[in-house]
Amino acid sequence: MIKLTDIRKAYHQGQHNELWALNGIDLTIEANKVTVLSGPSGSGKSTLLTIVGCMARPTSGRVQLGERDISGLPERFLTDIRRKTFGFVFQQFNLISGLSARDNVMLPAYPLGGDWRELHARADALLDTLKLGQRRDARVEWLSGGEQQRVAIARALINDPQVLIADEPTANLDTALSREFMEILENLKGQGKTIILTSHDPLLVESSVVDRVVHLRDGHLVEAEQ
Amino acid sequence: MHSRRSHYAFAFFALCLALFLLTFADAAFRRAGSADALAANERLVAQLGLTDLCLFTEARYTRHPSQADLQSAFQDHPLAFEHFPSGSLMPPSQHLLTRYEDLDSKTKSAD
Amino acid sequence: MKTWIAKQKALIDFTLSSLARRKLKNLGLLLVYTIIVFLLASVMLYTHALRHEAAQVLKSSPEVIVQRLVAGRHDLIPPGYLEKLGRIRGVQSKEGRLWGYFYDNVVSANYTLMAPSSASHDFGQVADGKIVIGAAVARERGLAPGNLISFRSYTGKLFIFTVAAVLPHEAELVSADLLLLSETDFRSFFDIPAGYYNDIALSVANPQEVRNIAGKISETLPDARIILREEVLRTYESIFNWREGIVLVLLSGSILAFAIFAWEKASGLSAEEKREIGILKAIGWETGDVLKMKFWEGALVSLAAFLLGYVAAYLHVFHFSAALFEPVLKGWSVLYPRFELVPVVDGFQIATLFFFTVFPYTVATIVPIWRAAITDPDAVMRG
Repeated sequence: MIKLTDIRKAYHQGQHNELWALNGIDLTIEANKVTVLSGPSGSGKSTLLTIVGCMARPTSGRVQLGERDISGLPERFLTDIRRKTFGFVFQQFNLISGLSARDNVMLPAYPLGGDWRELHARADALLDTLKLGQRRDARVEWLSGGEQQRVAIARALINDPQVLIADEPTANLDTALSREFMEILENLKGQGKTIILTSHDPLLVESSVVDRVVHLRDGHLVEAEQ
Repeated sequence: MHSRRSHYAFAFFALCLALFLLTFADAAFRRAGSADALAANERLVAQLGLTDLCLFTEARYTRHPSQADLQSAFQDHPLAFEHFPSGSLMPPSQHLLTRYEDLDSKTKSAD
Repeated sequence: MKTWIAKQKALIDFTLSSLARRKLKNLGLLLVYTIIVFLLASVMLYTHALRHEAAQVLKSSPEVIVQRLVAGRHDLIPPGYLEKLGRIRGVQSKEGRLWGYFYDNVVSANYTLMAPSSASHDFGQVADGKIVIGAAVARERGLAPGNLISFRSYTGKLFIFTVAAVLPHEAELVSADLLLLSETDFRSFFDIPAGYYNDIALSVANPQEVRNIAGKISETLPDARIILREEVLRTYESIFNWREGIVLVLLSGSILAFAIFAWEKASGLSAEEKREIGILKAIGWETGDVLKMKFWEGALVSLAAFLLGYVAAYLHVFHFSAALFEPVLKGWSVLYPRFELVPVVDGFQIATLFFFTVFPYTVATIVPIWRAAITDPDAVMRG
């Protein structure tokens, strides 16, 4: 359902520190599957994730979402697609400190201008599902690492996206919490979500929840497994 | 119903705005109420031939700025530092100021 | 429309939650901001109402005043001047005025002594040995009608007067320091011989002709100095001009201090704030959403400061007699009129105040955000 054709991405193009992060990626990511982008740091997996998630535009190449070519769309439309289709969980969680867990979860829905009470209820329901119901009024910096990640997941899901994108989700978690995270993935997959992750954590890469692992190195696809 | 910060803010601003508008109502009310006193003052001014407001009683030229003569008001120069505090609050009488400007330009080069 | 409102409300929710995180700092800012608006609005309301009242009350002051100058000082009008003025065409009525200053060393206050000549004033002709006093004099000396008061005149003689009446409190703005006495008492108190006056008040038949008549007077009496009513009114039109003395110092000082404060607060975009804007962009906010959110922050803070400051200033000036200004206005004077100004509010002035307080702060809040808000949404992941 997401089809990438000959994706290339350069940073600082035309400057002395020009860097090609991606050098021609052809990849199709299927819906309702858990796909892991794996590779050492600097392999271009995070860059690929930002392009898949419409956060950044490729220097060249085409991105198709379903039947639609979205690589040429202006920023406004891209933002619109991004917030309706994708939910993001960042490596550092990127929660806004000082705000409560619930406020953080509701943030992505604010610019959409939906009904506030309905949104409020949705945020509470999501936090309940992720076993954070009793912590929803706590400021996020008072939460543990695992709790913070679950807040980040709830935030990613608040607009009910089809695709959940997570960058190195287990990098800051111990084994027990990583297993908990994989359970959450299992659940989401069961709900029909498409999940795209980057990781080089063997625990996650080799887990049974993962349907497909895509290896990258130096901006190229190495091989596809499973 | 959950409390919402924006609702508190709206309530707060509604209250402020109401107070703001109330000042206009109050002003109109007080204007109407003081019309008689104002008319009485006007009469007093006419009967006694008063020329100035009794704002500053500390010096002749601040008690009656409009009656001050060229030399007593702002004793040294209209832009000089004032001896009496109220003298620095208000400008010299307009007709004095214009005459001082004349004097200024005449004496500029002479001494 | 409904979506738009819901969205703005949500942005306001967020911006308020953000502000609430640094409650003390932001409340402090609001307080300082409110005080600035309060000071500006107080000065504005006070001076505007005072000028208005002066114009209203002084429009019935004498049309023309003729003084006599000798060696650059005021001098008495000698006999014969009144008759000379009477021969000028267009002069309707003329009246020698008797008034002067007296320093009362009991309370270290300056009084204005006056012998009203018109028989028709509200307190009747002041009889010999009687005195009518202004309300501030009564207050300062603790006098009531019927009391006796003695003054030692400049000639060294002791005079004892009976207080016949106290001028009404409502008239303090024009009469707080007045002592009204009979002409006979006035002349013997100041030792002014009969036929001499302090100055002359004239009224003219045709107000259009007042300048011509003034010209004729100075031809007839070359040592005369003529003050027209329009000059009196103009004096009070420009009283407390914003360019004047303490008003200017006070305003420019506080405005400058606040400008620095606001600039520092608004433009000193911390790394923390930059990071937050990056996060908002990454989770799907557009540049415009971030700017709108910041707009609300600036607009709410400055609007609150404006409304609170203005209402407080209104109460201060019109309900508490501008009590904070009293020490400044009083200077070294002992007598100070207690008056309640009639509220006159100028919509244009309020609009100006609104513009100069709300607009710059809002802009100062948004502008520095601009650069941070146009960063790419993937900056968070790269950083």
